[in-house]
Amino acid sequence: MSLPARVATLVIAFLAVVAGGAYVALHYIGSQPPVEDFTSYASNGQVNVTLMTAPQTTVTDKPDWVTYFIQNPATKQFVHTTYFEVPANTKINVTILGYDGCTPLRNPVWGRVTGTEGGVENVSIFNGKTYSPSQPVSVFDSYANCSVQHTFAIPGLGLNVPVASPPTVAENNALCTTSPCVASNSSEALAPHSVVTFSFTTPKKGGTFRWQCFIPCGGGYLDGNGGPMGTPGYMMGQMEVQA
Amino acid sequence: MAAETSHPAPAGEQGHRRDGLWLLVIWIVLSIIGCLLVAYVWGPHLPPGAMSTSASSQQFDTRVLAVVATPVIIGVLLYFGWALAFWRQKPGDETDAAPIHGNTRIQALWIVVTSAIVLGLAVFGTYELINPAGSGSGQGPQPAFNHGVLAAASDTSWAPNTNNILQVQVIGQQWAWTFRYPQFGGFETTDLVLPVGQQVRFNVTSLDVIHSFWAYQLGVKADANPGVNNVAYTTPYHTGTFVVRCDELCGIWHGAMYDYGKVVSVPNFLTWAHSTETQLAAVTKLLPPYALTYDPTVLANVGKVNQQLGLTSAGGGYYNPADPEQP
Repeated sequence: MSLPARVATLVIAFLAVVAGGAYVALHYIGSQPPVEDFTSYASNGQVNVTLMTAPQTTVTDKPDWVTYFIQNPATKQFVHTTYFEVPANTKINVTILGYDGCTPLRNPVWGRVTGTEGGVENVSIFNGKTYSPSQPVSVFDSYANCSVQHTFAIPGLGLNVPVASPPTVAENNALCTTSPCVASNSSEALAPHSVVTFSFTTPKKGGTFRWQCFIPCGGGYLDGNGGPMGTPGYMMGQMEVQA
Repeated sequence: MAAETSHPAPAGEQGHRRDGLWLLVIWIVLSIIGCLLVAYVWGPHLPPGAMSTSASSQQFDTRVLAVVATPVIIGVLLYFGWALAFWRQKPGDETDAAPIHGNTRIQALWIVVTSAIVLGLAVFGTYELINPAGSGSGQGPQPAFNHGVLAAASDTSWAPNTNNILQVQVIGQQWAWTFRYPQFGGFETTDLVLPVGQQVRFNVTSLDVIHSFWAYQLGVKADANPGVNNVAYTTPYHTGTFVVRCDELCGIWHGAMYDYGKVVSVPNFLTWAHSTETQLAAVTKLLPPYALTYDPTVLANVGKVNQQLGLTSAGGGYYNPADPEQP
């Protein structure tokens, strides 16, 4: 092989390696779920955010992973992401539609509601036919009643909200099989097992706040800690507060 | 030899003696100045500060090591600089330097001085491992030394300035720290508050993966291993805020697993502890009985629905047996 040909081969090989590294860095390491922007939807100092817990993620290549969805404020469609943006110094009214079954809290201390308005969350449970009246709850005993399915916690704000679950075997076995649960199969999706509402106020200064579920719900992974527990877009995400 | 012919030995030796004398004098003067600066100017600002017994002990150790190292560093740099400045090869001079011969006195002096430094530091380090608080911090489940540390006279009550050390259990979990106070009803909180001037025993554990409890300004660091109780002692000297970090890569939010602790006055601590005990009473009664490790596979009060769904109460059952590996 001539010298120019060898040099060209070497340069091409080098560029291929660089391009491969850049692709890995950008596509895998640098990628993040889409961000649902609620900043322009604030009214009278408040904004409404609706989340959903689902027992699986059939819209991805990880169908057996539990996950959160966020409702797009414009289209009202549930989007597979856990990243959202809200304005600073604003009251955030959160609704979580709980479609998953119950799992006891690994650490019962997370059964206490903290950081919300009044230190409570309002819970309405579906009994298969109707919803119970919304009741304020401040502490969950998830071992005695299997009353929690996941948590929504923002440690940086001291916010911890257990997502309630109906304490019955039947409801916990009646899980929707496609996600998001209200998307395309309404007869199967039925209704959320629980509807949880609460409010909290974002800080006056902007910033990025990570949030997560404190129940190790990565079934099939060591101690339930892997998979959806360690992947953005499933059981953890970020709340961007825009000042 | 060319060097010998161009530089007669008597003149060269005289020149070397003059250089050696100058080097010795300058080295002694610079070393004295450097040691004083390191000990008294830089020393008080060395990490991790002096907020607690363990922190100031670590700062003292670092200061001693820095003072011991200062003459060595100055000697190396001085010799290096002197050689560059005065022993440069003259332009056009291509002769070789004088051959080096062994010097028994210098060799003996070198061996004696370096041996004295190493052995002295070994004795100093051993002493410092034991004093002033056991072996410092993060000394493991069975501390070998308890010099100067109070015994835990009671696991269920605590009063300041008594022969009873304050116990704080540190629990690592992905991705947050919680702190349990067994002598105040066993409440568990995300806030770490300590009284100034009182000895504290940290019982450090984890309920999932390996974490590392690092209270930086307190000079306390201990691994948080599931199923293991690691012990560390300290006594805060000053009120103020300190950073709590995880120092063991523990998952995707490891970098965000930090918090701030507070050292407050004893009356303020007692007020905080009693009010928190009352405030958290509803969730405290749901916690497992206080133990030196936090085993989530031992479940109490598992209800009927949980059992029907596969949880088997004490002895395990939190995890699906089909999962790859369970504790």
